[in-house]
Amino acid sequence: MLNTAITIATTLVCISLILNLWRLFKGPSRPDRILALDTMYINSIALIILFGIASGTALYFEAALLIAMLGFVSTAAMCKYILRGDLIE
Amino acid sequence: MEFWIELVVSVFLVAGAVFVFIGSLGLAKLPDFYTRLHAPTKATTLGMGGLLAASAILMTYQQGHLSLHELLITLFLLITAPVTAHMLAKTAMHHKLQITEKTVDKELSKRARERNTPT
Repeated sequence: MLNTAITIATTLVCISLILNLWRLFKGPSRPDRILALDTMYINSIALIILFGIASGTALYFEAALLIAMLGFVSTAAMCKYILRGDLIE
Repeated sequence: MEFWIELVVSVFLVAGAVFVFIGSLGLAKLPDFYTRLHAPTKATTLGMGGLLAASAILMTYQQGHLSLHELLITLFLLITAPVTAHMLAKTAMHHKLQITEKTVDKELSKRARERNTPT
């Protein structure tokens, strides 16, 4: 049952990554693209955690935490950049 | 593995993945930026919360002691998701993005744009 659940969850997360990629290419404005990237890194954290569950090791959580932190900082930096035209004034 | 632990972990996994999928579907399908912003923030909190709860339960069972790595990621995502959503909304507001016709009280956005200088 657990293997079936992991397969279903991984399929759903991969489909959502494809949907995010579509929005990233299509997105009519720059905030749309930033939002698509933001959602993409969250979905990639979900994929890494599913891989960690499937392989049964606790090694991948540090990678997930690192992606979470860097993703937040990069989203904040991109928002700041297109809002003010500069990062550090 | 005991049956009820497997059941709880599977339910949390599928529920979290369904929330993540609904968030991305909303990002792809909804009409304007402000409605699109609403969907993935729910996916972040509920979907990732479900997946990380499943992972925490399974790791606690497998390793025999309490596993709190996942709680750290959940806490971090719960703190940062509203901050990113607020910054994105402010950016969209100051770039004067198109608002869909069904939105009520659209004239308030003009006042909000004039009152606050971006910081």
